[in-house]
Amino acid sequence: MSDTMVAAKSGTADGDSMLAVSDLKRYFDVSPPLLNRIIERSGRRIVRAVDGVSFTIEPGETFSLVGESGCGKSTVARLVVGLYQPTAGSIEFEGTKLNTARERARNIAIQSRMQMIFQDPYASLNPRWRVMDIVAEPMRALGLASDKWEVQERVGQHLTEVGLSPTDGEKYPHEFSGGQRQRISIARALAGRPDFLVCDEPTSALDVSVQAQILNLMKELQRRLGLTYLFISHDLAVVYHISTKVGVMYLGRLVEWAETNVLFNQPRHPYTRMLLDAIPDLDMSGRARTPVAGEVPSPIDPPSGCPFHPRCPAANDRCSAEMPAMMAHDASHVACHAVEEGRL
Amino acid sequence: MAEITSGELRHRRGLLGGVYRAMDSDIAYSFRKSPITVAATIVTIFIIVCSVFAPIIAPHDPFDVASIDLMDGELPPSWDVEGDPRFLLGTDNLGRDILSTIIYGSRISLLVGFASVALAMGLGIVLGLISGYLGGAVDAFIMRIAEIQLSLPTILVAFLLVGIIRGYLPPDQHHQVAIPVLILAIGLSNWVQFARTVRGSTLVERNKEYVLAARVIGLKPFVIMIRHVLPNVMGPVLVIATIGLATAILTEATLSFLGVGAPPTEPSLGVLINVGQNYLFSGLWWITIFPGIALAVLVLAVNLLGDWLRDALNPKLR
Amino acid sequence: MIANNPLLQVKNLRVEFPTRRGTLVAVDDVSLHINPGEVLGVVGESGAGKSMTGTAIIGLLEPPGRIAEGEVWLDGRRIDQLPYDEMRKVRGREIGAIFQDPLTSLNPLYTVGYQLTETIQTHLPRSERQARARAVELLQEVGIPAAEERIDHYPHQFSGGMRQRVVIALALCAEPKLIIADEPTTALDVSIQAQIISLLKRLCHEHGTAVMLVTHDMGVIAETADRVAVMYAGRIAEIGPVQDVVKRAKHPYTHGLMGSIPTIGHHVDALTQIEGSMPRLTEIPTGCAFNPRCPKRFDRCSADRPDLMPAELSEVACWLFDQAKTEVAVGE
Repeated sequence: MSDTMVAAKSGTADGDSMLAVSDLKRYFDVSPPLLNRIIERSGRRIVRAVDGVSFTIEPGETFSLVGESGCGKSTVARLVVGLYQPTAGSIEFEGTKLNTARERARNIAIQSRMQMIFQDPYASLNPRWRVMDIVAEPMRALGLASDKWEVQERVGQHLTEVGLSPTDGEKYPHEFSGGQRQRISIARALAGRPDFLVCDEPTSALDVSVQAQILNLMKELQRRLGLTYLFISHDLAVVYHISTKVGVMYLGRLVEWAETNVLFNQPRHPYTRMLLDAIPDLDMSGRARTPVAGEVPSPIDPPSGCPFHPRCPAANDRCSAEMPAMMAHDASHVACHAVEEGRL
Repeated sequence: MAEITSGELRHRRGLLGGVYRAMDSDIAYSFRKSPITVAATIVTIFIIVCSVFAPIIAPHDPFDVASIDLMDGELPPSWDVEGDPRFLLGTDNLGRDILSTIIYGSRISLLVGFASVALAMGLGIVLGLISGYLGGAVDAFIMRIAEIQLSLPTILVAFLLVGIIRGYLPPDQHHQVAIPVLILAIGLSNWVQFARTVRGSTLVERNKEYVLAARVIGLKPFVIMIRHVLPNVMGPVLVIATIGLATAILTEATLSFLGVGAPPTEPSLGVLINVGQNYLFSGLWWITIFPGIALAVLVLAVNLLGDWLRDALNPKLR
Repeated sequence: MIANNPLLQVKNLRVEFPTRRGTLVAVDDVSLHINPGEVLGVVGESGAGKSMTGTAIIGLLEPPGRIAEGEVWLDGRRIDQLPYDEMRKVRGREIGAIFQDPLTSLNPLYTVGYQLTETIQTHLPRSERQARARAVELLQEVGIPAAEERIDHYPHQFSGGMRQRVVIALALCAEPKLIIADEPTTALDVSIQAQIISLLKRLCHEHGTAVMLVTHDMGVIAETADRVAVMYAGRIAEIGPVQDVVKRAKHPYTHGLMGSIPTIGHHVDALTQIEGSMPRLTEIPTGCAFNPRCPKRFDRCSADRPDLMPAELSEVACWLFDQAKTEVAVGE
């Protein structure tokens, strides 16, 4: 695709973000059944998987959400793509609201410009379908290709695009390795002719050398096809390599976001600093490490005030009482009282 | 044209490719390695073939009133001193050849068995899929019905159904509806195990990423259920169907034995056993024993086949 | 390089799996040694055979897998051919194990204390009270708060990171000389990973226990190991001191592997990419297993299989370092 075509495809007016997420919340009710609650006199239990997340993604960007297990990053990905409906807050794709299932159904043309790639290469492909049918499914469902020959040819094109051969279409998923399956998943996502790709830990289950292949492929596809990525990962080094902007999540909230270089060179939030510090040091520079105490608390019973305060070396009384708001600091956006008060 | 390599054959669409893949699979290998299973399968197929071709194979037609001679009645098996070589396994009180009645009788047993399993399977798969995929209130509703169903014994359900239907129909039509009622009764009492298994597998599959990918594409739940989930939950269903077949045959025999099953005009193995029981203590043992042996062999063979299938399809044992 | 009395010595180990499509060789002629108190990292991608090596050493290979050739010597005693009962005594007392999944490593039906005291009493002559006291001590050492109380808790009452600490305590409780740790931090979050790694390092240093650390994570190796062996397709490609292997990788595979790991602070446009993927165990190429993917291969690579050859401080299985030959063909 030439550059002019890429620009035309984005179709947004200047200044319009491609994706705008505002105060997004998703709660899950995991209460025990009514009878149990009456007998045990326990209350309802709500998991606040995503508790007020806001960010925007510009066309052509790669925005990464990073955090440890239970922080809600995968839930955000699924909310954006429509697998879950938000409990509160809004999702807008190029200005069109896509909050409820009905809104997505009504705006199918816009919704279909979003596709998703998943983490587990072994569960992402239907084991009983041939690769050809798997990749062709979005084409057929969205009416992008009509007769058998066109479908076959397009599938061949997409398979070549991701580094496989068109004859691989006749095979079944179990005949491929993890990395190859992930390529097939990417081909399937591309078959829907998307502009926006949500990638939920696409390389976490892959070996390091295979991961490198897939990351290189994704970067190349982004260049060639003008794609925008929302990239979810727990691996900070991968995020460093592939993103233009990074957001750090903890217990359902965004604690810091900034451009990649800014976040990694000048991390402000104590949790970001802790995460960066905890990464094993390939350089073996022998730097002194301060492993942080404690573990991520349960999202059912989050701490009051700032969710990080029990583990934070800079916490004070305000931190345990009041939830910090996201504020701009130089080039970053941080939600931290200590940063706001100038203590850090 | 280049020669077809085995690699290409493996990927052929259609029947040829499917057969090749099946024969080369691990399942086929474990099958060949287990002599009991091979024997059980041969026996089952043999009985099925015999019953299908009953009119050709059976030496006599037990339903042809003209060919039955009361004078031929109560003859012992042919190897006995008083036996008649025309009737290999002897005759019953009316002069009908036992061997022929067994062959025709197994026809009824197998028909009822297959049909009721098909009914149970169809009903169970549909309800299980819907229940597992949609979840929530629909799931709860269907599962409660299933639980109520489970608390009713098959025999009771059959009695109930038979009684109700017989109440509505004039007596001369009872025999006509006996078989369909039997199939309905047994099918209705067995759908729950299919539904539960399918529901369990559906619950697992529905969270897998390939189903999520289909949802992201925008496919409707019904389409996803049929095209994506169903092919992946069929494995355990086959196992239950096979063992269910054995159970269905036995259930039919029980019901017929109790008199609410197949009519005397189209006797199944159960009816034969019942009839023969009356003559057991008169010394006419062959009228009940041979149908009994036939029933036992059939049920055992199908059970063994089902056992092997369960082990072969169990991913943990592979 | 080899100390006079290595604690663990593995010589030409070969692990095979007979299947109906032929015999799979999961570990092919692997030789390594671990000195007392040292940490040897065994790194490789999936299918490289690193887990299998650890499993074979500790004697937990599931049939039909078996040790087809080779010897395993622990502290001067040959252990690969011991009968089941003898090996059972070795396990726990002399070799401890830490596996990847803390959920399944502990029996959910027994308290943590019971499992600890049972292990202690099986291998050491201690009374019930002594064993329990030792168990509490261990739990405190691994950093479980309120150990006196928590010793009577069940595994499900601990979080993932805490459970892995209990597993470490369990591995150490019979005072083994060697611990085989198979991906001990892979299932844990990054911040917990850091805690567990530093705990393992500290404890093994204090107790003088040697560790065989099997993992795919090069970063963990760089932080924890003294020496490292890089495995590929069931064989060792390179083995040497950790700084040498990580910073001055010699084998083209190791070199490619290090280049494919993204590192914070080093921005590259494209990561080093090794074409293709690790061969399936049924399709291992002749000669050097890596040769079809190697950017530096030459004729000899597909014909002869290289043994480990000395190269500065390490040993490398690569014809590029063959000092016997006068001509060195590098590249095409």
